Amino acid sequence: MSEYTGLRGRAWFKALTGDDQPRTGDPGSVLAADAQAGPERALFLCVVPNPDSRFPCVRDGQVGLEEAYALATRTREAIAADRDKPKPEKRPIVAIIDVKSQAYGRREETAGIFLAAAASADAYASARMVGHPVISLVVGHAFSGGFLTHGYQANRILAFDDAGVTIHAMHEEAAARITRRSVSDLERLGHEIAPMSYDVRDYAKLGTLYKLLHVNNPMEPAESDIAEVKQAVADAITDARMGAEDLGNRMNSPAAKETRKAGLAARALMEKQWATA
Amino acid sequence: MSESTLIPSFVNRKSFIELDGRARAQSLLDEGTGKELVGPFDRIESPWLPMQDVAPQADDGCIVLKGRIAGKPAVVISLEGAFQGGSIGEVSGAKMTAALDLATRDSSAGIPTAAVLLLETGGVRLQEANLGLAAIAEVIASILFLRQHAPVITVVAGTVGCFGGMSLAAGVSSYVIMTREARLGLNGPEVIEQESGIEEFDASDRALIWAIHGGEQRVGMGLADALAEDSIDEIAAAVRTYVLAGKPAQHRSEQVQMYRERIAALDTAKQIDPLTLREQWGPRDSQGGAR
Repeated sequence: MSEYTGLRGRAWFKALTGDDQPRTGDPGSVLAADAQAGPERALFLCVVPNPDSRFPCVRDGQVGLEEAYALATRTREAIAADRDKPKPEKRPIVAIIDVKSQAYGRREETAGIFLAAAASADAYASARMVGHPVISLVVGHAFSGGFLTHGYQANRILAFDDAGVTIHAMHEEAAARITRRSVSDLERLGHEIAPMSYDVRDYAKLGTLYKLLHVNNPMEPAESDIAEVKQAVADAITDARMGAEDLGNRMNSPAAKETRKAGLAARALMEKQWATA
Repeated sequence: MSESTLIPSFVNRKSFIELDGRARAQSLLDEGTGKELVGPFDRIESPWLPMQDVAPQADDGCIVLKGRIAGKPAVVISLEGAFQGGSIGEVSGAKMTAALDLATRDSSAGIPTAAVLLLETGGVRLQEANLGLAAIAEVIASILFLRQHAPVITVVAGTVGCFGGMSLAAGVSSYVIMTREARLGLNGPEVIEQESGIEEFDASDRALIWAIHGGEQRVGMGLADALAEDSIDEIAAAVRTYVLAGKPAQHRSEQVQMYRERIAALDTAKQIDPLTLREQWGPRDSQGGAR
C-alpha cells in the first residue's frame, strides 16, 4: 500500500484547477474550485490529508464528518446556483479521488458519520439526477466508505491505469483478517476472482469504469499528461450529457455483461415476476 | 402498569427479532398479499462464493416480497443476517436495486409503491468485495430515485445491526425504525479497534457500543425516527404509519446545513459523551427540525 495517499489528489486538483486551497468555512481537507473543463466551467472537489484536523482519525486523508458535510455543501450550492438553468447548462461536477477510507473513529460514530456519508452521497446523486454531469477521476486510492461518500455516485468514473491506483472495499490487511486468510492468499484469489483484486485493470473488468487513462507521471504530472486528462474529463462530461441520469450504464456496459451475469439474471427475472405479482 | 401485568405482556409479545428474514418480511405485509420474487426456487446464487469454497444460498440472503401494507402497494426487501452476516454481494445487491427500481417505475406511473428495507447487515460481502461495494452504491442511487415518489422505510431490528456501506442506505431512507437491541453506524466497534486502536474504541465494552450505536440513542438524537419494542405488532404498526404518511417534506440526508453546524459546534478535544449529545441534538430535531 502506498504511504502517499492524498498527495496525488492534491497534485491533480492543482493541475486541473490551478488552485489548492480550501474555501472559507471548509476544513483544510476539502478542496473546492471552479475551473475550466472543456468549453465550460465545472466544480472540482477533492479530499486531501489534513494533519491539523481537529478530528484525529481523519488526519491521513480519510473522509470524516467535516469532509462529508463540506462536500455536500459545495455540491448543493452548485445545484442551487444552476436550479433554473436548462440541463445542458448545468455545471459539471468533477470529483478527484485519492482517499484512504472513511474515518474509523469513536467521535465520528458518536456524531453519526453514517448520516454525513449519506448526505454527501445524496448530494452527488441529487446533482446527477437533475442533470449535472458528475465525473469521478480516481487518481490514487478509492477505498470503501471513503469512495461511497466521495465519488461513487458519478455518471462516469475515470481511473488512472497504474499500480498506485486501488479501488477496493477494504484494505488488504483488514480484509485478510476478517476473511481469515493470509495477505498472499488474498493476492492469489485476486488474480482468479476479479471483484477481489486490488489491481485497477481487474476492477475495469467489472464494467463500472468509463475509461482507464494512461498517465506517464501521476505524482508530478507533465503538461502533456494534464492536457490528456483534461480532454478525457471533457469527453466524459459530453458522454454523460448524452446518457441517462441513473447508474444503468454501469450494469449495461459490455464488461458488466460478462462479469455481472448473475446480477443481471436476477434483475431480469425480478422484472418478469414483478409484472405478474 | 403493575408488575404482574407487565411481565405477561413481555412474555406474550410476538418477537420480531426471533423471526428469520423471510418471516420478518411476511409479518409486515397485509395478510395474504405477499408474493416472493426471485425466491430460493429460482436458484440465482452467488457465483463467487463456491470459487472460494464458501456455500452459497439459493436466495443469496436477500428476500423480496411484493404486496400491500395498510392497503397500499409496497415491496419489502429483507436481508438475512444469518447468511454471511447479511452482507451484500452481487446477487443480493442486484435484487435490492431491481426491486427499488421497479417500485420507482410503478410510482412514477401513478401507483406509489413504498419500499421497506429490513437491514441486518455488516455491509460489503468481502468475498465479492468490489462487486459488493459497487452494488451498495447502486442501492443508494436507487433509494434516492424512489424516495422522490414514495417513502423508503428502513427497519433495523437486530441483532446483527446495520453497518458498513449499508448504513448509508439507512441514512438516505425516508424513515428509520429501530429497536433497543438494534445498532446503526458506519464502522462497527471491532473495525475501529483494529484500525485505530483499543484506546479509541474498546470493542468489548458493550455498554459503550449501545450508548453510541444503539436504537435508543439513534432515535433519541434524531438520527432515526421511531423506537419500537421487539414485537411484530409494534414494528408493523410503525411501518404502516410511515407508509400512510408518505414521503417526508425533507429527508434527513438533505439537512446538510443543520448537521454541518452541529458538527462545527462539537468539542473534539476529547471523546464525545453520547448522552450529552443526545440532549443537545434530540430536542431540536423533534421541536424545531424541518422533519
